Amino acid sequence: MIPLAWYIALSAVLFTIGALGVLVRRNPLVIFMSIELMLNSANLAFIAFSHAFGALSGQVFVFFVMAVAAAEVAVGLALIVAIFRTKHTINVDEMNSLKG
Amino acid sequence: MHFSEAMPAGFFSLAPWIVFFPLLGLLVNLIFGKRLPERAIGWIASLASGAAFVVSILLALSLREHAEGTRVLLAEWIHIGNLRLDWAFRVDTLSVTMMLVVSGVGTLIHIYAIGYMHEDVRFKGDPGRYRRFFVFFNLFIVAMMILVGGDSYLMLFVGWEGVGLCSFLLIGFWYDMDTLGRPSWANSNAAKKAFVTNRIGDFGFLMAAFLMFWSFGSLNFDEVFAQAPLLAQAMPGLVIAITLFMLLGVSGKSAQIPLYIWLPDAMAGPTPVSALIHAATMVTAGVYLIARSAPLYVTVPAAQYIVALLGATTALFAATIAVGQYDIKKVLAYSTISQLGFMVAAVGMGAFVAGMFHLVTHAFFKALLFLSAGSVILGLERGHHHLAHATHHGKEHDPHAHAEVFDPGDMRNMGGLRKRMPVTFWLYLIGTLALAGIFPFAGFWSKDEILADAFREGYQAVYWLLTIAAFFTAFYMGRQIWLVFFGEARHEAAAHAQESPWIMTAPLMVLAALSVLGGALNLPGLHSLTSWLEHTLEMVHPGEFIFPVAALSTVLALLALGLSWWVYGRRPLVAGQVDPLKQALGPLFIALENKWYVDEGYWAVFVNRYIALARWLAEKVEWAFWHEWFHDTVLVRGFNFLSQKVLHLRLDRQVVDAFFDGLATLTGRIARRLSPLQNGFVRSYALMVLSGVVLILGYLLLKG
Repeated sequence: MIPLAWYIALSAVLFTIGALGVLVRRNPLVIFMSIELMLNSANLAFIAFSHAFGALSGQVFVFFVMAVAAAEVAVGLALIVAIFRTKHTINVDEMNSLKG
Repeated sequence: MHFSEAMPAGFFSLAPWIVFFPLLGLLVNLIFGKRLPERAIGWIASLASGAAFVVSILLALSLREHAEGTRVLLAEWIHIGNLRLDWAFRVDTLSVTMMLVVSGVGTLIHIYAIGYMHEDVRFKGDPGRYRRFFVFFNLFIVAMMILVGGDSYLMLFVGWEGVGLCSFLLIGFWYDMDTLGRPSWANSNAAKKAFVTNRIGDFGFLMAAFLMFWSFGSLNFDEVFAQAPLLAQAMPGLVIAITLFMLLGVSGKSAQIPLYIWLPDAMAGPTPVSALIHAATMVTAGVYLIARSAPLYVTVPAAQYIVALLGATTALFAATIAVGQYDIKKVLAYSTISQLGFMVAAVGMGAFVAGMFHLVTHAFFKALLFLSAGSVILGLERGHHHLAHATHHGKEHDPHAHAEVFDPGDMRNMGGLRKRMPVTFWLYLIGTLALAGIFPFAGFWSKDEILADAFREGYQAVYWLLTIAAFFTAFYMGRQIWLVFFGEARHEAAAHAQESPWIMTAPLMVLAALSVLGGALNLPGLHSLTSWLEHTLEMVHPGEFIFPVAALSTVLALLALGLSWWVYGRRPLVAGQVDPLKQALGPLFIALENKWYVDEGYWAVFVNRYIALARWLAEKVEWAFWHEWFHDTVLVRGFNFLSQKVLHLRLDRQVVDAFFDGLATLTGRIARRLSPLQNGFVRSYALMVLSGVVLILGYLLLKG
């Protein structure tokens, strides 16, 4: 039986990788993938706690997260297409017209 | 004497109707007059006055039974502490005598005015003023009845001011023209002169009233008179002050020296006004006031002497001026002043009955004379009008055809009217003989009683002044008769003068009858007026007939009439000729012509000073000091300094604005510092979100 701490540690590692990915990468597709990584690290933590405490609500939350993630990707990809159509680039550092 | 408050007996309870009837006539004419024909307006006003006369007669009848009189309470007025002043009518023999004269003579003059004003408004070119005249006329009767019927000095003062107002309104009746009908403010200036002069007199009246209130604590006749003897013993100076202040009021209203100057100018009013207000009734209010205040005056002989002397001086002074006047009404005006002087002298001497007697007879014959003079003036107007039409016959009627200035009141334009206006002539002659004091006309009896009283009471100076005044009276009246009615017409208008209609001459005939028979009121030996007034004026005693006095005054009057014939009748004046007396007297007559330069003197001494003072107040005090300096300099500059320098620059700019400007600068500065955070890099935002979350979570974890 794998102890709970390992799951949590894996989840934390995954979340950190995801967060770093969001911060350092400039390609929105990669950023999306990083976000998915963070979401799934959270899913992993949910599942681990759900299994450890024998409560189903954690697993239900995972389904919700997956649904929201799917919707988010759909909207996000559509936005990226729209941005590319107007600016002919998808580099996030060039989307800075709102700077102070 | 205190009257009971019980229900008055007889007709006494009708007393307020002496005021209500004319008031009713006034209101009817005021409200419905526009839709009524002229005749109706005149008759309504006359009936209203006539009804007041009927009430007066009923009151007099009741007084025969209850001679002590009564007090008729109409309404409560002022009740403060012990002060009780009411709208109450005092019905006694003195007030009813006045009521009879006012309403009786007043009614006759109302009827006369129906005819007179009918023509006057047309000659003056504004028939719309016919109604206004009768409204004012009835208002006058109202005010005069309040004056004579009042139970206290305050109510008397209400009437006193009311008649003053009516006098003002009626002198200025043709306010937008002069006496010849030319556009000018001469008539309204005459009205103002009368009003202002009377205000000076009213000041005296008010001072007397205040002093009375101060010393007696009341203004009711009874209460004042009851305390008068005590106060006269304790503080005679105060009573003298009261009576002399009252004399100032009398000299204003009754046209005595020094305030008589308004009365000659008052002739600017229509002739019925001159007859009713400025001869028969209003101007006698002062005489009535002194007679009413008899219990006050008898306590201070010094004041009495001053009153008598003032009256006698006025009588002579005005009589001399009358000799030098050319205007038919001006002569009568000065004659009125002179005759009022007789009355004031009489009541001053304590001869109250003689004064009241002369007041009554004078009301008859002076009203007669004025109204006859009005008839003469209108006769000339008719003649002049007739001429203007005759010369423009065939041409279209031109209202400006009367371009030539024609004075229908100037005796130099008259002459020979005896044949053209015989009725008026005989009426005028009767009035003249009554005024001149020829036996047995009314004036003889009343004037003789005054002279006899002066003689008997030892008022030597007064007696001689009045006797000489009587001589002048006969002379100027004789002069008037010769100039107006005898000789040849000196103007085409006089040659074509027409007699007045019956509505004007009928009331004159009644007045003429009264002027002839009026002496019967108080014949020597009978003393009916004396015993009548005795019930009110307890201190009177029947005067005896003194033959030498009567003989002397009659001889002098006849002599004066003869002298006037010698000067004016023997060789009648012809057109353009100088007054023969002017040739004889020279500068003296010119002084008479100019009324002894009294008006000029008043201008030099008072009016010019007053105008200079008023101008100084207006230009220096009001404009330079108050407006220019105080308002423009002190207030405006002060306000500007306060608003500009203090409030605007210091408070608003340097405090309020500085605070909010600083706030804005600070905000901007903070924003400029913070704006680099908004660098537009999505990832830096994400980093901030992350660090924020880490910080919060860290805090929560560490807080434990």
